[in-house]
Amino acid sequence: METDSLVRLLLLLPLAGAVFNGILPLFIPSLRHRETLIGTVGTAVVAVPFLIAAYLFAGFHGEAHVANFYTWMAAGDFSVSFAYRVDQLSLLMTLVVTGVGALIHLYSVGYMHGDPGFWRFFAYLNLFVFAMLNLVLGDNLLVLFLGWEGVGLCSYLLIGFWYTDLKNSAAGNKAFIMNRVGDFAFLLAMFIFVKEIGSLDFARVIAEGPTMDQSTINWAVLLLFIGATGKSAQIPLFTWLPDAMAGPTPVSALIHAATMVTSGLYMLARLSPVVLAAPAIMNVIAIVGALTAIVAATIAITQNDIKKVLAYSTVSQLGYMFVASGVGAFFVAIFHVMTHAFFKGCLFLGSGSVIHGMHHVEHELHKDGHGHHLDPQDMRTMGGLKKYMPSTQKTFLLATLAISGIPLLSGFFSKDEILFKAFEAGTTGMSAAWFAWVVGLVTAFLTAVYMARAYYLTFEGTPRWPHADKLHPHESPWTITTPLWVLGILSVVGGYVGIPAVIGHGEYNLIHHFLAGGHGPVAERAVEAHVSLGTEWGLIVLGSLVAIVGFWTGRRLYLKDGLASDAALASRFGGAWKLWQGKYFVDELYEKIVVRPVIGGAEKAFAPFDKYVVDGMVNAVGYVTRAISYVLRYLQTGLVQSYAVAIVFGVLLVVGMMLFG
Amino acid sequence: MEVTLNWYLTLAAVLFVIGVMGVLLRRNVIVILMSVELMLNAVNLTLVAFSQSMADPAGQILVFFVMSVAAAEAAVGLAIVIAIFRSRLTIDVTDINLFRY
Amino acid sequence: MLGPILFFVFAVAAIAGALGMLIARNPVTSALWLILTMFSVAGLYLTMNASFISVVQVLVYAGAIMVLFIFVIMLLNLAELPKPEKMDWRRGIAFVLGVGVLAQLAYVVSAALDVLPSPAALEAAGQNGSAANLAKELFTRYAMPLEVIGVLLLVATVGAVMIAKRRFV
Repeated sequence: METDSLVRLLLLLPLAGAVFNGILPLFIPSLRHRETLIGTVGTAVVAVPFLIAAYLFAGFHGEAHVANFYTWMAAGDFSVSFAYRVDQLSLLMTLVVTGVGALIHLYSVGYMHGDPGFWRFFAYLNLFVFAMLNLVLGDNLLVLFLGWEGVGLCSYLLIGFWYTDLKNSAAGNKAFIMNRVGDFAFLLAMFIFVKEIGSLDFARVIAEGPTMDQSTINWAVLLLFIGATGKSAQIPLFTWLPDAMAGPTPVSALIHAATMVTSGLYMLARLSPVVLAAPAIMNVIAIVGALTAIVAATIAITQNDIKKVLAYSTVSQLGYMFVASGVGAFFVAIFHVMTHAFFKGCLFLGSGSVIHGMHHVEHELHKDGHGHHLDPQDMRTMGGLKKYMPSTQKTFLLATLAISGIPLLSGFFSKDEILFKAFEAGTTGMSAAWFAWVVGLVTAFLTAVYMARAYYLTFEGTPRWPHADKLHPHESPWTITTPLWVLGILSVVGGYVGIPAVIGHGEYNLIHHFLAGGHGPVAERAVEAHVSLGTEWGLIVLGSLVAIVGFWTGRRLYLKDGLASDAALASRFGGAWKLWQGKYFVDELYEKIVVRPVIGGAEKAFAPFDKYVVDGMVNAVGYVTRAISYVLRYLQTGLVQSYAVAIVFGVLLVVGMMLFG
Repeated sequence: MEVTLNWYLTLAAVLFVIGVMGVLLRRNVIVILMSVELMLNAVNLTLVAFSQSMADPAGQILVFFVMSVAAAEAAVGLAIVIAIFRSRLTIDVTDINLFRY
Repeated sequence: MLGPILFFVFAVAAIAGALGMLIARNPVTSALWLILTMFSVAGLYLTMNASFISVVQVLVYAGAIMVLFIFVIMLLNLAELPKPEKMDWRRGIAFVLGVGVLAQLAYVVSAALDVLPSPAALEAAGQNGSAANLAKELFTRYAMPLEVIGVLLLVATVGAVMIAKRRFV
């Protein structure tokens, strides 16, 4: 089949799945409990697009292909089409989205088993994949934006999936509203491109964007970056992501770790030539990324909720990716997006498996009438799960080692490349890059520590839930463990597409060649002076040491002592620990300076306005309509002949105009 | 003196206007329907006149169809008259004003 | 000289019938006047050598439609409507409008007096209006509209029965 129809199929299958799983059961309630059917269809409509993407990838010859389906809107010279671009970048993202997506769909079949909203969940998830594919495949900013808003909507729907709990729907609202702030900036950036270039097509934006005058470029890139901070949870708009963990765990894995939150990076990489034309803003990107990385990492150390730890870890890793974008190594950002999708997806799914098991324990406790309240996500009541959940434990350990940056696992390659690129940018005169490099190293250490903490608190030591001698969780079913193993293995080997330049002078850095070399769509910062080979080896050894020492520190602290180490660290760091534990009190700050004034001000300032102006206008419309119709209604005599008179009069007029006009 | 097309057209115009007057002036619903038939006849007359003077059968085919529609219209119209008469016991259009303001 | 004489006879009869229908106060009288017009129009068709349409005119209009009218009038046992108490202003407007339409039509006919084609030769016209010729057209070129008209008549029949059924009201 030709590429156009394949792309069409690729896009429409998840949409068809969403319709099948969402609309049909709405009208045929008996379908809602057919879990096997819904789960199979839901997974297949993502797995088949993965195969299509793999086929396209295998037959890809380096030339970008644009599939133009039809014109969406046209106004004068400006027109936007439903056009989709198949090139290195979008193919890679599509593979990640559909591949990880399909695994997580499979996982959800086991995880959501028995939930009354099973069908709804798969409908949202399929809709999300459709929107995400629009985002990564769109050939212009508006189609990207369509997907961008689509994934935002699905994220909102899925965070508030268990909407009967007010906390969950509040988290959904928070995510949605904070994203609006970023989206508004993104919209403004698009307005700039429309005004200056008159087109939103990537080809023209990339070609003509860098020729705009410098301040315009700066504004456009800054606004794009603010848009990216909203979607990708960076300072100052990062607080929604941890709250988003209120959604079901597969959602956290798919949307809030592997795919949606990386769309900001994708957007920057897609527009990399434009971003590179604004060096001042790149400094901002690198600094914000680095700050986010360390802030989130310090918070992650203090959290007890296993999903919260992973959420802050995601924010921190996203910060890393922004550092890579900020120093002009967009392909490395995408590389890290990919490896992160593997190991963070695995970690989230593993945590889901653990929560699944702990739910069972809680359920048993309730049944036995012990009356203990057990939070199935709290690591303080876990421990020793190694014995009961071997598959989960092994894959979780693999992913933990990968994210910590232990040498020869996937996280090591991508993270090391980011730090190396930051260092390289620093040596060639980008001062913000030094800051990013130092902060990045510290964060790498912290990452290893908090991931070791999470692993050891959960899986090692002795069980800490009540009646641990009688009750224990079971390993999850195959639908859950299969994706775990696939992602676990990928988080080991996934890094070998980006072997650092020290070996074979970068000849084996496949991802670099693919994305940035030759016909690749991703630009990179020109490097005048290359770092010497020795320095590079030194940096690699330094990075490995930091990771190993960090992990070893975490192991020493938490393997035996467990929770006691938390207390020890809390007293050791005192105020800082409290600050971290309170998440830097950013939520409280926003509450004080944004939420309260807005709500209070709205009550005071806008109530009279609402009452007199808005209501007045509405009432006036009604009143005027009434007054006019009071007069006009006398025309409606209800007599056929008076209407006939009007018709004949009209005929007379029309014929008269035709004859004499 | 010879009969030309204009004669027929003028006659048709007169008949048509009498039909219009009937629709507008009479109060009896049945007479109004008859006036409509008269208007249709006037139009038919022009159609046949043109058709014959141009030797084009299309006009007469159209007349054929107009007659069919007129028959259908008369049937449905009279059925409505019967239905209205049953409920209101009148066929005076000035008394049938359900849609009055 | 036969042509103009026939035309005038039929034309006068047609107008007289139409006016009679317009003026008669009893609906049955109106209907009978209208039948006179129908027959006159059929006669006028004959003067144009449109034999088929002439026959159909008598069959459908005079034969079927007018019988239906009279049938309904008698079914409802209608008496004359009482005279209106006063001259309605709407009637004045209607009269003026009718005159206006007549003026326009007269203007159109008189304006086109010279450009109208002369009537075709009697023979050709007879050929054109014959049942054979019209049937050929009707069942070849206009077969589809003919079928549609058939469906329309069926629908109208069913609809009329439904509306007039006693249960409906």
